[in-house]
Amino acid sequence: MEAAVVQPPHGQPRPLPDETLLKLHELMLTGRVLEERLIRMQKQGDGYFWIGGPGEEAFNVALGMLVHRGEGLAHDYLHLHYRSSATLLAMGADPVDALRQMKNTATDPYSGGRNFAGHASIRRWNVAPISSPIEVQFSMAPGTALAQKRYGGRGITIVQGGDAGTAEGDFATCLIWVSRPSNELPCLMIVTNNEYGISTPAATQHGETRISDRGRAFGIRSKTIDANDAEAAYRELEEAMDYVRTERRPFLLEARVSRLYGHSSSSGANLVKGEVDCLVEIEKKLEDRGLRSRAELDAMRAQKTEELLAAARRVIAEPQPRGHTVWQHVFAERDVVTQNPIPCDNHGGGRRQPWLEQAH
Amino acid sequence: MATQVQAVRMALHVGETRHGVTDIFGEDVGPPLGGVFTATQGLRTAWNSPLDERGVIGAAMGLALAGQRPVCEIQFGDYAFNTIDLLKLAGAMHWSSNGDWSLPMVMMTPVGSGIHGSIYHSHSFDAQATRIPGWKVVMPSTPYDTYGLLLSAIVDPNPVMVLLPKALMRVKARPGELIPGEPDDERVLSKMIDAPLGDRTLWRPEWPETPDVFIPFGKLKRLREGRDVTVVTYGRMVAICERVAANVAEEGIELEVIDLRSLIPYDWDGLVESVSRTRRLLLINEDTEVTNFGEHLARRVTDELFGVLLAPPRVLAGKNLPGIGLSDELEKASVPQPDDIERAVRELAATSFDRGRGPSPRARPAAPTALAPSDMDHREAFARAYAVR
Ligand SMILES: Cc1ncc(C[n+]2csc(CCOP(=O)(O)OP(=O)(O)O)c2C)c(N)n1
Ligand SMILES: [Mg+2]
Repeated sequence: MEAAVVQPPHGQPRPLPDETLLKLHELMLTGRVLEERLIRMQKQGDGYFWIGGPGEEAFNVALGMLVHRGEGLAHDYLHLHYRSSATLLAMGADPVDALRQMKNTATDPYSGGRNFAGHASIRRWNVAPISSPIEVQFSMAPGTALAQKRYGGRGITIVQGGDAGTAEGDFATCLIWVSRPSNELPCLMIVTNNEYGISTPAATQHGETRISDRGRAFGIRSKTIDANDAEAAYRELEEAMDYVRTERRPFLLEARVSRLYGHSSSSGANLVKGEVDCLVEIEKKLEDRGLRSRAELDAMRAQKTEELLAAARRVIAEPQPRGHTVWQHVFAERDVVTQNPIPCDNHGGGRRQPWLEQAH
Repeated sequence: MATQVQAVRMALHVGETRHGVTDIFGEDVGPPLGGVFTATQGLRTAWNSPLDERGVIGAAMGLALAGQRPVCEIQFGDYAFNTIDLLKLAGAMHWSSNGDWSLPMVMMTPVGSGIHGSIYHSHSFDAQATRIPGWKVVMPSTPYDTYGLLLSAIVDPNPVMVLLPKALMRVKARPGELIPGEPDDERVLSKMIDAPLGDRTLWRPEWPETPDVFIPFGKLKRLREGRDVTVVTYGRMVAICERVAANVAEEGIELEVIDLRSLIPYDWDGLVESVSRTRRLLLINEDTEVTNFGEHLARRVTDELFGVLLAPPRVLAGKNLPGIGLSDELEKASVPQPDDIERAVRELAATSFDRGRGPSPRARPAAPTALAPSDMDHREAFARAYAVR
């Protein structure tokens, strides 16, 4: 049984190739500018609620870059949470779609105007619907991981949540279910630790030294990392993911991150002082290594800001969903995951059922 | 003549051999036990899970997302309550993703009283289940219906809950209701598919060749035709209502007994047809009476069929108590008993609003004259227990 809890890295991570670092940065910048735009939209009344991941971009972008994207068991399954927009961007999502979900338009490809910003669902990339209840994704992750264990290959299940959420039973569920003897599952459990659950400091509720220590009792390889350093985050994720892909066993990764705009729009969504900003850190690196000048960085930011502002203007003019569409998709009429035909003609799907028809 | 648990097993066997079921799992579901009610003995894909209901539902959801066909069991319906937010999430998966994902999973769980299960092995789950949109919910009362509804659940692209009345697990099929292909002799069937006592490591079941039977959801079963009162029920109460119907028939009261079988979706057209003829409705189930599924049907019948009714629709359900006590006396006082049902149908059959004079305030169902005298004791006890203090 493996039970190595590795200390946070001292010294420097192995440097990334220039082009990887540049790509990381560009995506992080897009992620940040996107969150800033979403916050503005909400404050200007073009959205009811904002929640997102500014401050976590170093880690979340690295994650998205390393995902084996695609549909089905050969690819990675993602059970993410409401701070994951940068991961999706790094996987190739269009930032404009995030704006659409903020404005709850009919064109929102994630939920058709049904769900909050940051609550994506992308079946063609194995991204399970992100939902508001904290930690439930940790109860579902063993299911996709089990299917992948049987399937073989290198696809893994990635599940991510915050620090406070680890107090929920679902986190313990995941620890147990991914480490059943002779049935260890290829599951990367990620805790992005920003040391808060809304307003409650972790230190007032949690006695464990490190959350990652909880993996130890189950023989789950675990590690706590400083995820404000994009290079370190990338390298650590690379290593953890490679272990899970190859060994087909779980890994618990605790990533220390910042929460730069507080919890959500409910707590004001204003920039907080005193937190390390991963974007500032990576830009320092780029300047130090002579990869980008300050002027270039500023120009990039200005351009992205301009682009997303223009996009937001377009999005707010897009149609809202029509009221009667609430009756769509109460029931599935076919299995959209496997496309298997139904061997009988007696189900009637959702809409054809008389009890629903009356309600139309 | 299969019992209900044998019917479950045979349906699951067909499911895993012909309809892609990949996982049958839950607490003690796999070998050696094959389920605390033996419903999962001898199945190729059955396995034991950790003792974690949230984990069971969560894993089934994950498996379904990954294109598998899971059937999970919650050992007793009483222990499904700590999974309710996951059940809500499962029911919401298709809708909240605006049709992006579907979630074909089956959850089965034994429910209800009648086995002296005391406070935590007697709960019903139908009132909870029917208020989780996005789920289909069925509750069979015979082995044949169990077989056919479970198979329909397995091939449905939605989450489906199969509620199995605990008290009926060992009840045998009635004559003429055999599952096609099962041997006539129950001892032969038992030899074939019941795991032997003692060491089972080398035992393998010998499955009878049974065909696909897909009982459609949303189709009620009329067990007895009658002109005076429509009695709509499901699960354990079905057989009890049939006995009551036979009793009161001797006094000339004709009950129409309906086994709803499929709660979501339910057979509204079938209910309308029956109530339009009898013009009186009694809804019976054993879940607690406040926000009971029968109340929904009573409300809808009141809304949409008020004009034809000769009496207020009645709901006879479990008392609104925290649990069902162990003593026989306590259990009898908590869930509808044959006597209660008999009284209720007699009173209903004797009630006729005078429609000739049109609706007058005195003739409205809410008027005290419309109250059933036998219910007064219960109504008083309820009022006292739930009085504002
Ligand atoms: C089950 C549940 N309980 C409470 C909430 C309300 N809530 C939303 S976010 C949150 C704090 C979560 O903190 P943490 O897990 O550390 O994640 P973070 O937001 O810090 O990334 C709470 C309590 C919820 N969404 N779900
Ligand atoms: Mg936190």
